[in-house]
Amino acid sequence: MEITPESLEKIAHLARLQVAPQDREKLLESLNKTIAWVDKLSEVDTTGIEPLTHMTHEVNRLRKDKIEQTLTHEQALSQAPDHDADYFRVPKVID
Amino acid sequence: MKTVSEAILSQYELVVGLEVHAQLSAQSKIFAADANRFGDAPNTNVSVITLGHPGTLPMLNEAVVEMAIKMGLACHCEISRYNIFDRKNYFYPDLPKGFQTTQDKTPICKGGYLDVKARKGNSKDYWVKRIRLNRIHLEEDAGKSIHPADADYTLIDLNRAGTPLIEIVTEPDIRQPEEAAAYLAVVRRIVRYLGICDGNMEEGSMRCDANVSVRKKGDTKLGQKVEIKNMNSMRNVQRAIEYEFVRQVQVLESGAKITSETRLFDVNSGRTFAMRTKEELNDYRYFPEPDLAPFVVTDEDLSRIRAAMPELPEQLVEKFQQVYQLPEYDSVVLTDEREMAVYFEQVCALTKHYKAVSNWLMGPVKSYLNETGKTAAEMPLTVRQLADAVELTEQGALSFSVASKELFAALVNQPEAVAEATARRLNLLQESNTDTLLPFIREIVAKFPNEAAAYRKGKKNLLGMFMGEVMKASSVKIDPKKAGELLRQVLES
Amino acid sequence: MYRSFADIRTALSHGSITVASLVQQYLGVVAQRNGELNAFLETYNEEALQQAYQIDQKIAAGRAGRLAGMVIGLKDVICYQNHRLQAASRILNGFHSQFSATVVERLLAEDAIILGRQNCDEFAMGSSSENSAFGAVRNAADINRVPGGSSGGSAVAVQAHMCTASLGTDTGGSVRQPASFCGLVGVKPTYGRLSRHGLLAYASSFDCIGTLTHTVEDAALLLEVMAGADNFDSTASTQPVTPYSKQVQEQPKCGKVAYIRETIESEGVSSEVKEHILQAVEILQSEGFTVEAVDFPLLEYILPTYYILTTAEASTNLARYDGVRYGYRSPRATDLESLYKLTRSEAFGKEVQRRILLGTFVLSASYYDAYFTKAQRVRRLIMDKTKAILADYDFILSPTSPTTAFRVGELSDNPLQMYLADIFSVQANVAGIPAISIPCGNDTEGMSIGLQIMGNFFEEAKMLAFARFLMEKCAN
Repeated sequence: MEITPESLEKIAHLARLQVAPQDREKLLESLNKTIAWVDKLSEVDTTGIEPLTHMTHEVNRLRKDKIEQTLTHEQALSQAPDHDADYFRVPKVID
Repeated sequence: MKTVSEAILSQYELVVGLEVHAQLSAQSKIFAADANRFGDAPNTNVSVITLGHPGTLPMLNEAVVEMAIKMGLACHCEISRYNIFDRKNYFYPDLPKGFQTTQDKTPICKGGYLDVKARKGNSKDYWVKRIRLNRIHLEEDAGKSIHPADADYTLIDLNRAGTPLIEIVTEPDIRQPEEAAAYLAVVRRIVRYLGICDGNMEEGSMRCDANVSVRKKGDTKLGQKVEIKNMNSMRNVQRAIEYEFVRQVQVLESGAKITSETRLFDVNSGRTFAMRTKEELNDYRYFPEPDLAPFVVTDEDLSRIRAAMPELPEQLVEKFQQVYQLPEYDSVVLTDEREMAVYFEQVCALTKHYKAVSNWLMGPVKSYLNETGKTAAEMPLTVRQLADAVELTEQGALSFSVASKELFAALVNQPEAVAEATARRLNLLQESNTDTLLPFIREIVAKFPNEAAAYRKGKKNLLGMFMGEVMKASSVKIDPKKAGELLRQVLES
Repeated sequence: MYRSFADIRTALSHGSITVASLVQQYLGVVAQRNGELNAFLETYNEEALQQAYQIDQKIAAGRAGRLAGMVIGLKDVICYQNHRLQAASRILNGFHSQFSATVVERLLAEDAIILGRQNCDEFAMGSSSENSAFGAVRNAADINRVPGGSSGGSAVAVQAHMCTASLGTDTGGSVRQPASFCGLVGVKPTYGRLSRHGLLAYASSFDCIGTLTHTVEDAALLLEVMAGADNFDSTASTQPVTPYSKQVQEQPKCGKVAYIRETIESEGVSSEVKEHILQAVEILQSEGFTVEAVDFPLLEYILPTYYILTTAEASTNLARYDGVRYGYRSPRATDLESLYKLTRSEAFGKEVQRRILLGTFVLSASYYDAYFTKAQRVRRLIMDKTKAILADYDFILSPTSPTTAFRVGELSDNPLQMYLADIFSVQANVAGIPAISIPCGNDTEGMSIGLQIMGNFFEEAKMLAFARFLMEKCAN
């Protein structure tokens, strides 16, 4: 499996990253080297083996339906790079 | 594009599947203990978990799980025993973590169905359609984006982020726009019965997206489907589907193909239109959520939850016909709101005149609720009061007309008032006792021997005159029905 | 300078120090050496001294907690309320945690003092602590060498006596490998033994908070205080916590110890490392332990499995860093798309971006089954085979890392080569079992060699006791 320049574009967009044109080649090379290395896994026979999806041994760790207020409105907004008295603000989203 | 004729339209079949999102009415959110409340000031019901701060982890709300299971049981679904969550990854400012925690692989409910009654327009005829469900699963809602008209920024309110949702997905079984509206009415009724959601499409606690396609009648392959969003009422869902059916047929008839896209419904024009920005075919990269331990539903859990469920509308419609001998029509009306059905049964525990109770509820009580904008949770009369009023009218002490207007008005929102005493105080009671009335009527008839003879000879319309005299002569109100009955009896004997 | 907490407690009880004077002492070392070593990003001087005075009073009144006198540093990925948190990245410029990690609250409840925030590889991604946005960390034994990573700052702080102990995080060896490069004891507990509430997530099913100390006893005490179920972390184990601080003193039974043949015999392992490990094996054998080589055919697949799964999880865990609610936002953003792309591309370091891209790739629709699901299956195989060995043997022994600390800049251009530094430590994270690195001597250049012991699930007590025993024997 190899990443082409086109698929790199798509993946970068999915991840909301921008690859500078001058970095593109080196990055592709390094990514493809890594992928060639992880491709090794195809050598392992995993017939009949279930994927391991959870490392925890715990089951049914549920929370009681109770309200707890731990942040004030001001605290919630205080860290935002752009906000007004009530809302977080981002550049306009065209819908 | 040319418009198409009815003849052409009738060659095509409409195929619709619906996705309904219902906000669950738990106290707190699905993965965090912030208040799950609508209408609060922006960004006041948020915690570090909801804000997606570094180091935060979700914790599943047990009440939310129960609510989803109740819905699954009510919809005849199979409940999944082993449940995990998945991450659905995409970027949007109202999605704090950059992914939505949802159930992709293991929906908590699988399969199931709802039977709905649909009718065209105001027709009395209806048909029953079984709409199969594909799944019901749990997920969290996103926050809200507000786009002020003349600003170059968008405002984000995260109060709604993390609100617990169930997503109910049907199979593409719907064939008529009316079936879609009927289905939504049934879903709404059930979630309200279960007390898990208020089913308010206008406020957004229940939302619906439609997947619409068409195909030539007889074709078994599904046509290209189009997703329709932004329909905020059952009526609008129906309108949107009606429009979309015609639009798609037109496209196909003109030789073009249906574009796979998302369209929005415009409530003013009744049309659907493609979204301005092309919604990219997003790759959501679903994978199992490692931060939530799996949860397992046992047989004991299911028994316990089943036992705690209220009787559902379809069960009550049956019951009201069997046990209370009500016609189907009454049963359907009375079971539309759970509080009304419960109230009905409580009144029927105090009086056996079940049909009369039904008439009261469908008549004056419903009118009152409609006029005042109240719901069946805020009944104007207590159970006792209504039962007494029914008894009084059935015994003839009160005419229905007087009871439903004057007595009703006097009892409204006076929970301490007693029906009979109130009626007496207002001088509404009428005499209807045969033993009391008969001698009195005989007296009156005796006063008019000529008219009595004339009546016997055939002038039946003289009954009216006798009625008038009886009423005039009495110091108390007399039950006109009883009076008429006894007058005839006396005159003809 | 004090090596162990026991020594500190003795000095406190003799009155030769107070907690306040101890904190002063540590801050003095920080002032002297941190400029060159770059271990701490920030120290809480005033605050720590204030707390120290209060704790001295508590000691005098006889109501001090079990950790009174313990001065701890936190890796810059562990939340401490009202203190900055950056994961050594510019994308969290200005961010302050608004809650404390559960483990931090438990330490504070026993009167530990948090001295400051420690440098590391950005977002814990690295094996040398050279990937920090705030400069590399240097090994205190030789400033031209790396301290290992990603918890390099946490290791060096303890190594250079800037604090008594540090909390680091271990996702693929990031506590144990720096411990090995810096001559310390590094512990990664069983996955889920310590709550992750308040741990900035890198790879959710691998991340563990761990300890860096001079002694095994100190690690045991800290773990005992921190471990246990947590209502804020559904993956944290509800298994009861036993008194590790007592159990660490127990004499280990003379059981069976395994080592994976390749981990000692392969060419990639430096000869001095091999020598020291084999010496330890001999010591164990002379003490009555059976030590045997076992084969692990899946060994070469452990790292690729690790990289596929951790980059996948990381790619989604780092999606929240978007400039909307906190942290850095690019001043050049003009619309939503540029807000995301410029913010993330400007403020994430190169290695972080690489891993996000790789993770996005393996999760993408066309490749999900071939890479991600495949890796999850191989993970199960690796876990099962590891469990199978631990069913027959009490522990698995290996070098912690194939070499001692390498030079600064030596591997920074060669990501794959860098990944191989973790080749022995990753297994414990992939399988979820506990592991510890203890120092077992130095090479001829004076650089520390680490020996790794892996134990069975939730058998921390047994593993710690054995580690203490072996460390003592190796020191003699």
